[in-house]
Amino acid sequence: MIRFVPRERTPLWLTVAVSIGAGVAALLLTVIPLALSGAPVLRAFGLMAQGAAGSGFALAETLTRATPLIFTGLAAAVAFRARLWNIGAEGQLYAGALAAVALGSGAIAAPAYVLLPLVLLGAALAGAALLLVPVLFKTRFGADEVVVTLLLNFVVLLVVQMMLEGPMKDEMALGWPQSAPLLDEATLPRLFAGLRLHAGLVLAVVAAGLLHVFIGRTVWGLRLRAVGENARAARYAGIPVGASMALVGLLSGGLAGLAGACEVAGLKGYLTADLSPGFGYAGIVVATLANLSPLGVVPAAIFVAGVFVGADSMSRAIGVSNYLADLVVSFALLSVLVGGLVTRFRIVRVRREPV
Amino acid sequence: MWAALDILLQANFWAAAIRIATPLIFGVLGALVCERAGVLNLGIEGIFVAGAMSGWLAVYLGASLWGGVAVAAATGAAFGLLLGLLTVPLGLSQHVTGLGVTMLATAATYFGYRVAFSTVSTPPRIEPFPPLHVPVLGDLPFIGTVLGQQSALTVFAFLCVGAVAVVLARTPLGLALRAVGDNPEAVEAQGLSVVALRVGAVTAGSALMALGGAFLTLSAFNAFYFGMINGRGWVCIALTVFASWRPGKALLGALLFGALDAYQLRIQTIAGGVVPSQVFLMLPYLFSIAALVLLARRADYPRALMKPYFKGQR
Repeated sequence: MIRFVPRERTPLWLTVAVSIGAGVAALLLTVIPLALSGAPVLRAFGLMAQGAAGSGFALAETLTRATPLIFTGLAAAVAFRARLWNIGAEGQLYAGALAAVALGSGAIAAPAYVLLPLVLLGAALAGAALLLVPVLFKTRFGADEVVVTLLLNFVVLLVVQMMLEGPMKDEMALGWPQSAPLLDEATLPRLFAGLRLHAGLVLAVVAAGLLHVFIGRTVWGLRLRAVGENARAARYAGIPVGASMALVGLLSGGLAGLAGACEVAGLKGYLTADLSPGFGYAGIVVATLANLSPLGVVPAAIFVAGVFVGADSMSRAIGVSNYLADLVVSFALLSVLVGGLVTRFRIVRVRREPV
Repeated sequence: MWAALDILLQANFWAAAIRIATPLIFGVLGALVCERAGVLNLGIEGIFVAGAMSGWLAVYLGASLWGGVAVAAATGAAFGLLLGLLTVPLGLSQHVTGLGVTMLATAATYFGYRVAFSTVSTPPRIEPFPPLHVPVLGDLPFIGTVLGQQSALTVFAFLCVGAVAVVLARTPLGLALRAVGDNPEAVEAQGLSVVALRVGAVTAGSALMALGGAFLTLSAFNAFYFGMINGRGWVCIALTVFASWRPGKALLGALLFGALDAYQLRIQTIAGGVVPSQVFLMLPYLFSIAALVLLARRADYPRALMKPYFKGQR
């Protein structure tokens, strides 16, 4: 008979090993659908690896794709730490992008050192405001935030479509529903000439570092963790649970809003309704792979981004659908959840004593 | 103004309301069975996608329409079993696992569709369930028009409501199922297996959810499209709270939602040009959120919902 005995402490190497193991397990599990589809398995994986990291250009594309995933991964990590189930990063990302375009495409004329921070701040506030609504519903009315944040994703996307076909439509775009382009002063600079990689990556990594310090080294970070571990005990200890939740909402929504702002200001230059291919949802996978650690989010996001970029490239080469990437990512999520049991429990074999 | 009210008097409006409600009836019933046993099933959105595609594919490959329904149910049950095994005996987070199952089911479905049809540009079609002719009622003027547009699968949805209601309220199995969602210790004390009951409920509930997806491809439309589920699964989770976990109220909530959705589609053509169409498309989602917020306080949640149970541990 097997019993789960809770661990007092989990060694860091074990947590890291579980995350890496889950990534490997996900790739191995993907062999099954790949073989069933009749594709050359080894060649497909080889092409994926090459497409994700086979050249400087490929690596830059992977890091470009990782940038929004770091932000949405951090958004999920900070929220899930406090047991706030924010599944609405997708909507918050679009709210941030909408705010960035509203502020940065001509409404305000200012030099770059004023306009760019203003655009980023506005995007973070828009994302945060969108999450504060379900947080308020949760603390005030006890409404489950999962369903509210999920449904708001659909509402926000409709708002974006409405704005892009109406008041924010770019008249010069030949009828395409897209916003006016951002001013040069509102654009994030490219890191290298000729590559799409932009300063958003630096911001994302800095955000991960700051969040690590905030959660691990400040009073508010401690409160946030306490609320997540046991809200009733936290309340008994005099921690303001409602205010802590609001702070978590502010951080999580703000980070997701920044993901949208960086995509617009660093990569696309204008807003369309297909800005995000599910970065918000993928952020949940990233955060889970990282075991909700802000520093772990960075490599996890690069892994997930690599899977997507590699699968795109492999798909172009041998015609296997790039939905394979979604399969790898969902296998990785489920594997890391199962693997997480090893970090939380010691699995002990108990011999049944004769009675 | 009169035109807005006139919609309510059209038989076509009520026919559409029932048609839109049917997948939600299956979905809410499925979610209700899972949650009554204490497991939140956020795999619902992906299970809808998988049910829609697998049922349709079976019919496309030559199975009968009811054969397609059975295949969809089996697919849903398989994903439900996966979710059940991960969340019940292993006690993993029901939120994240559910989302994981949604991602897996959606990805597997889309990948499978691309493997089966890599080259076609227009989606292949099947012959869907025909409209039903009801003997006596079908000849009545207004009701006949409403009923004349429904398919056998809608009738099956209504029968499922009755079946789930009877099983939950009147059978020992239903009692055990409700108990396991309220007080698993008591069920264990009765000598019943909490794990078996919960996994079984999630599997059965997921099969029902998949039928909601299958209705879309086998009756409402005749093909499978990417993105055709579009949040219907999540709406069902909200409607389950609205229904306070009762099959009768679930039917009512789904029909109300169907009527609202059918109404916004029709009023768009009246108010079109003045108000952007997206405002109307938002209404069903906003309605679901409002229903959830207003009823959350009074909601009588199954007491052990989302609480993993480990034998011999308090």
